Amino acid sequence: MTIRRGRGVAAVNYPTGMNLGGDPSQALVHSTPTGSFMVTLSSVDLGQGLKQVMAQICAETIGVSAEQVTIDTADTDTGPHCMGTFASRGTHRIGNAIIQAATEAKQVMLEVAAEELEVDAGDLETDGAGNIQVKGAPSKSISIFDTALAAHFKHGRSISGRGMFLIPRSYPETETGAMKPSTCYAHACTVAEVEVDDETGEVTVLTVKNVFEIGRALNPKMVEQQLVGGSWMGISHALYETTEPYYPNRDHGGTDFNQYLMPGPGDLADTEVVVLERPSADGPYGAKGPGEMCANPQIPAVANAIFDAVGVRVDHLPITPERILRALKAQQATT
Amino acid sequence: MIRLAKDYFADQRDDDLKQLGQGLQRSDVPGHVAGTTTYFADRTFPRMLYLKMVRSPHHHARIRSIDTSEAERHPGVARVLTHRDIPHNVYTILILIQIGPEDEQVLAADKVRWKGEAVVAVLADSERAANEAAAKVKIDYEILPAVFDIDEALKEGATLVNEYHGNNYYTYDSGSHRKVRFGDVEKGFAESDHILEQTYWSSPIEHAPTETTGCVVVPEGNDRFTCYTNTQAMFFTLDNTSIILQMPGHKLHFVGGTVGGGFGGKVDVTVEPIAILASRLTGRPVSFIYSREEEMQISSPRAAEKIIIKDGITKDGRILARKVTGYTDAGAYSRHSPYGAQKGAAHYPGPYTVPNVWIDTYCVYTNRTPSSAMRGFGVTIADFALEVQMDKLARLIDMDPLEFRFINAYRDGDMKAHRQPTEGAALIECMQEASKTANWPVADRFMRMSSYKAEA
Repeated sequence: MTIRRGRGVAAVNYPTGMNLGGDPSQALVHSTPTGSFMVTLSSVDLGQGLKQVMAQICAETIGVSAEQVTIDTADTDTGPHCMGTFASRGTHRIGNAIIQAATEAKQVMLEVAAEELEVDAGDLETDGAGNIQVKGAPSKSISIFDTALAAHFKHGRSISGRGMFLIPRSYPETETGAMKPSTCYAHACTVAEVEVDDETGEVTVLTVKNVFEIGRALNPKMVEQQLVGGSWMGISHALYETTEPYYPNRDHGGTDFNQYLMPGPGDLADTEVVVLERPSADGPYGAKGPGEMCANPQIPAVANAIFDAVGVRVDHLPITPERILRALKAQQATT
Repeated sequence: MIRLAKDYFADQRDDDLKQLGQGLQRSDVPGHVAGTTTYFADRTFPRMLYLKMVRSPHHHARIRSIDTSEAERHPGVARVLTHRDIPHNVYTILILIQIGPEDEQVLAADKVRWKGEAVVAVLADSERAANEAAAKVKIDYEILPAVFDIDEALKEGATLVNEYHGNNYYTYDSGSHRKVRFGDVEKGFAESDHILEQTYWSSPIEHAPTETTGCVVVPEGNDRFTCYTNTQAMFFTLDNTSIILQMPGHKLHFVGGTVGGGFGGKVDVTVEPIAILASRLTGRPVSFIYSREEEMQISSPRAAEKIIIKDGITKDGRILARKVTGYTDAGAYSRHSPYGAQKGAAHYPGPYTVPNVWIDTYCVYTNRTPSSAMRGFGVTIADFALEVQMDKLARLIDMDPLEFRFINAYRDGDMKAHRQPTEGAALIECMQEASKTANWPVADRFMRMSSYKAEA
């Protein structure tokens, strides 16, 4: 028995949003009379933190703190249409819709503030701390709280905005396949290091070093949780997971977490994540969609590392100990 | 664990964001961590009924008869539903974006096409009563031959899986498969020093969310229904429900948005229409939540795929031609698979500039659990195949696998096979940083490359 070590690399890209576009999302933004902001959506937070990043996008656009923004989402009686949370589209599509809605709301807010301050709205800016001030003369200012009160009770104006984002649908040309699948792509390169026990076929993933290019990292902590989680899922896809271990045979399918194999905490590799930021041309503040992409490069990187370790290829996922042993046996038979 | 490498693309960015770019704590995290977040299943209502599905034990069979009389008499049973109760029983979810035909029955009427297909829905006062009554439903089946495998399904004279398609593959406007044609692939092979053709496979994969698929429906007393759901797509589900139940959208009110894991597993519309119908017919709240076993074996998995890649390369490491034939095992029904197979066609030949490309992707029907959307579908397994193939090609010409990728990496302005110029590329910079981070040295000329600048 020998424990053999190897490493492998893989590089990938991934399109943001529904393939071929045609997937709209809308957002509505309004202020309360006391100057906090409501963003109304019908988008779904799957646990990845959609609500938080949307609050930050709205706050950035209006120039208030994220705490002043509340996300009210996923009630079809109140929220405008959203295609859904999938295809790495949430941040890109919904974020853009919020920017448009928040920009419209901000314009009304600045117009009201301008009347209160008796200045031109074009000369005003927000200070990010709850105030609107004259550019270059910050002492001349009014709080957003007072502006919102004045808009509602004095000027009779609604500080609100409508947002919409749609990439028009592309239709593939039938004979050539000419088409526009996406407007921006995220990128990754992963290096995985493994140990393979050539007696049992067991693989231990030692390290996974991931470099991800995701456009702007809008909340680096949330980027980290998503990219690290994705990296673990990639390892899981490479080595463990399937509902039908002997596909196409329909038998032996797992029915619970005892039978359906996934890595436990002890099976997870030492994981490193480096993030590069090349702003996308049409993303909200340059963001792209890294949600799906981040679970992809680990699979081939681990497969290539296994080959580097023991010199056999398993070209059928998942790469189970049984498949590795069978490949090793076949290799021995031919040498 | 995370490091932002700000040196790359610094000239493309103004790092002037205030609320963004900060690792603020998620506002929902305290609830998630403390276990106080409310999910749809935390809602209970007086007189709630529990829905249990009677499913096909066969992979492919004709239904001769369905006898629900004994189940209906079981204590606690409020109602038993069959295909006759569904206003628009034959549906397909992507009809909303004009990807038909309707090919699946909400409750099977004449045939079942996979082991686990829904046939009869039982509603009772308790989960136990619903389970007991479900066991008393009698269905007489005539077992038919079944097809389990992509190759088998595409053979001449294979058993037809799905009559609504007429063939064991999805018919696109381009025919039996989606095509991409770029350059002259045969000429590229002829000019190559080496040719390598390899086949890759994957097995179905489960999303394995913490929270299983489900919904709770409450009648509002005015022929309007509120559906608390963990769907990933509120209006997509509402609009499909409206079609299946032939109810105008304003009669439907969906509430959701807090979901315990999706990964693409909650974009099929499998629980809401039948639960709303049950609520409408009984006038009572209805809960329909998948068991863990249903989540594992009944809900759609990631498709199994078969991918054949044939490459022609020069001895100094240029890919001259790449031909890919991809097969997606859709199982018995389309769901999202025609979209996924099409996404694969758009993704090949990967993030590399290849002058001659030929892509065919097929969506194939078999008598298996319908596959559907899952994180990265159309791309994840494609990337496994492409990147293992890249490793094999590099070794074939005795070249470092990372350097081989630099030679072929796409850059801004390069024409892709689907005839879009590359924009916003960053593969080279990712590989440069990986070279440093993983201590995997490559020649200096690769470290001087750029995705967007003329090289120094």
